[in-house]
Amino acid sequence: MDGAGHHSAVPVAVTGLDHFFGTGEARKQAIWDVSIEVARGSLTVLMGPSGSGKTTVLTLMGCLRDVQHGSVRLLGEELNGAAEARRVALRRRLGFIFQAHNLHESLSATQNVLMGLQVHGRGDNALRLRAAHHILGLVGLGDRLDYLPGSLSGGQKQRVAVARALVSNPEVVFADEPTAALDKESGATVVRMLKTLGRKRGTTTIMVTHDNRILDLADRIVTLEEGRIVKDVRAR
Amino acid sequence: MTALLTRLMGRLPIGWLQLAHSRTRFLAALAGVAFANILVFVQLGILGALNDSTVAPYDLFGGDIMISSVDANTLTDGSNVARTRMFQALGTPGVADAAPLFIGNIEWQREDGGSSTLQVVGLDPDRPAFVPASLRAPVAGLRISDTVLLDESTRGLPAGALDGASSASPYRFELAGRAVEAVGTVSVGGGFTADGTLYASDQTFLRLFGSRSSAAPNHVLVTVEDGIDPGVVVDRLRAVLPGDVVKVATKTDMAAADLTYQTTERPTGVIFGFGVAIGIVVGLVIVYQVLSTDVADHLREYATFKAMGYGQRFFLGIVLEEAVILAVLGFVPGVAISAAIYSAMAAATGLPLAMGVDRAAMVLAGTIAACVVSGAIATRRLAAADPADLF
Ligand SMILES: Nc1ncnc2c1ncn2[C@@H]1O[C@H](COP(=O)(O)OP(=O)(O)OP(=O)(O)O)[C@@H](O)[C@H]1O
Ligand SMILES: [Mg+2]
Repeated sequence: MDGAGHHSAVPVAVTGLDHFFGTGEARKQAIWDVSIEVARGSLTVLMGPSGSGKTTVLTLMGCLRDVQHGSVRLLGEELNGAAEARRVALRRRLGFIFQAHNLHESLSATQNVLMGLQVHGRGDNALRLRAAHHILGLVGLGDRLDYLPGSLSGGQKQRVAVARALVSNPEVVFADEPTAALDKESGATVVRMLKTLGRKRGTTTIMVTHDNRILDLADRIVTLEEGRIVKDVRAR
Repeated sequence: MTALLTRLMGRLPIGWLQLAHSRTRFLAALAGVAFANILVFVQLGILGALNDSTVAPYDLFGGDIMISSVDANTLTDGSNVARTRMFQALGTPGVADAAPLFIGNIEWQREDGGSSTLQVVGLDPDRPAFVPASLRAPVAGLRISDTVLLDESTRGLPAGALDGASSASPYRFELAGRAVEAVGTVSVGGGFTADGTLYASDQTFLRLFGSRSSAAPNHVLVTVEDGIDPGVVVDRLRAVLPGDVVKVATKTDMAAADLTYQTTERPTGVIFGFGVAIGIVVGLVIVYQVLSTDVADHLREYATFKAMGYGQRFFLGIVLEEAVILAVLGFVPGVAISAAIYSAMAAATGLPLAMGVDRAAMVLAGTIAACVVSGAIATRRLAAADPADLF
C-alpha cells in the first residue's frame, strides 16, 4: 500500500478531472476534463490567468479537496472516494507551501518546523530538534530559531514555511505561488532552495507561479485557462 | 512549562502555547470559567445550606425510630401523634423505651426591639436516652419549670449576649408572655425556618404553647434494645400501629425523606435546584463560547496542520488540552472567591455555608467535564471541512 508510491515513476496522475463549486442554481464548473501525468523528481509549473483553476487543480492533486469527478492517483492511490484515514496518511508524505505562509502564530520558527516532523508520531525529541535546526540553517534562519512569526519578516516567514514543508522529506511538494508575497531577493532564495533541496532528495514539485525565475528552472510548464489545459510545454 | 508539557505529551503543547500567546484572551477565558464556577458554587452553597438545615434538627434529639403522623413531611408540618401510640410502642418487642417529642416555632420579641423565631424542642428531662449525649446534663436541669437552654448563635442576637448564663446567674427573658430563664446555652444557629433553637422540658413546652396537650406530641421517639436491628423493630411497629394514621421509620430515613421533600416538592428547594441547573448551563455556555471562539480564530492554522496530515484526534487533543488548562486554572480563583462569598453569606444570614472538599472536588470534576465536552463539540466543525476550504 504505502510502498506503492515509492516505486511509481508517476507520483501524480490526473485523468478526466472535472470540478464544480456551489450547489443548485449557483453550481458552476471550474475544472473541465483535466488530464496530466507528473514525472518523478520533476519540477512542474502551473500557469494561467487569475481564476483559471490553478489552485483548484493543485489542491485536488494534493489531497486537500474532495475529488468529485474523474481520477487523481497520488503516490499510487486513487483519491476519488478515498477514506479520510487514507487521505490523512497520504498527506503526511506530502509537503505544502502556500502563498500565505500559514505559520502558527504562537509557535516559534523551530516549533513550527517541528510540527512537520511530529505528524509522524512520537519520536526522539532531541533528534527532531536537531533536524529542525539543521533545515532552518539551510534556509538561512540559523539565527532566528526561537523567533515567533510575529517578529520575522515576510521572506523569513515564507522560508520557515518552506523548511516546515521539506523537513520530513516529502515525496511530492505542492506550492501555490510561494514567492508571490516576497521581494525579489527572498523570492530568489526560496526558489533556489526548493530547487536544490528537490534535486538532492529527488522530490517531485508541482508549483503554481508566474515567477520568471522559476519558469527558467521548470521541467514542464502547464498553462490553464478557464479550467482547461491550453498549453503543456516540456523544457529540454 | 512548555518543556515539561512537551515531555509529558510527547508533542508540542500547542494548546498551552496558543492560550499563553494571547494573554488578555487567556485571562478573559479564565475569568469566564471562574465566573461559571462561582455561579455553581453559590447555588450549591444555598442548596447545601437548605439540606444541612433540614437534616441538622434531627440531631437535636435522640432515639433510633420516629413515629410521626402520616401527613408529616417535615418535623413541624404534620398533625400530632396520639400519646397512645407511645404506649403501643412500649408494648412492642425490641423496643427499649419511647418518649414524646414536642417541637414548634415561637416568636421571641427581644428586649433590644428585634425579634427572632425560635425552634423550641420539648423533651422529657427524665428520659436522657432521647437527649443528645452532649446535652444530657444541662437538659436534666430543665426539670425546674420555665427554665430553658437558649441558642447563643440565634440570628439577630448580639454575639456574647448569653455569656455566663447558668443556673446560678440565668439569662432572663420573656417568651409568649412568660418570664423564662436560660440556665445554659446551646449553639445551633439559624436555618431557613428558624433563627435559633431553644430546649425546654416537655412541661415548659406545653406552658409556652398553651394550645398544645401532653396527650398529643409532634412525634414519638423510640429506642431499640441493644443488639436489635432498628429495621426489624420498624417493621413490628408498622404491624402494630394503624398505617393510615401514623408512619414509622428510622430517624435517618425520616431525615432523608424530609430532605427529598424539601428539595423536590417545596418551592424553595425546587428553585434552588433550578439555580444550580441554570448555573451549570450558563457555565457550559461560557466555556463553550471560549473554546469555540478559540477554534474559529485558529482555523487557518488548523487547516494547515490538517493539510500536513494531522487527523481529527490531534485537534481534539489541542482543544482538550486547552479545556483542561482552562478548567483547572479557572477553578483556582473560582473556588477562592466562592469561599469568600460563602463566609460573607454565612456572616449575613447565619446559614451553614462552608466550602467542603467534596463539593470543591465535584465542581472541579464537573468543570473539567464541561470543558472537555465543549471542546469536543467545538472541534466538530473542523472535522467536516476540506483543508482547502479553510484557508
Ligand atoms: N471555494 C470556492 N467556491 C466557489 N468558487 C470557487 C472557490 N474557489 C475557487 N472558485 C472559483 O473557481 C475558479 C478557479 O479558481 P482558482 O482559485 O482555482 O483560480 P486560480 O487560477 O488559482 O486563480 P488565482 O490566480 O487568482 O489564484 C474561479 O472562477 C473561482 O472563482
Ligand atoms: Mg490561486
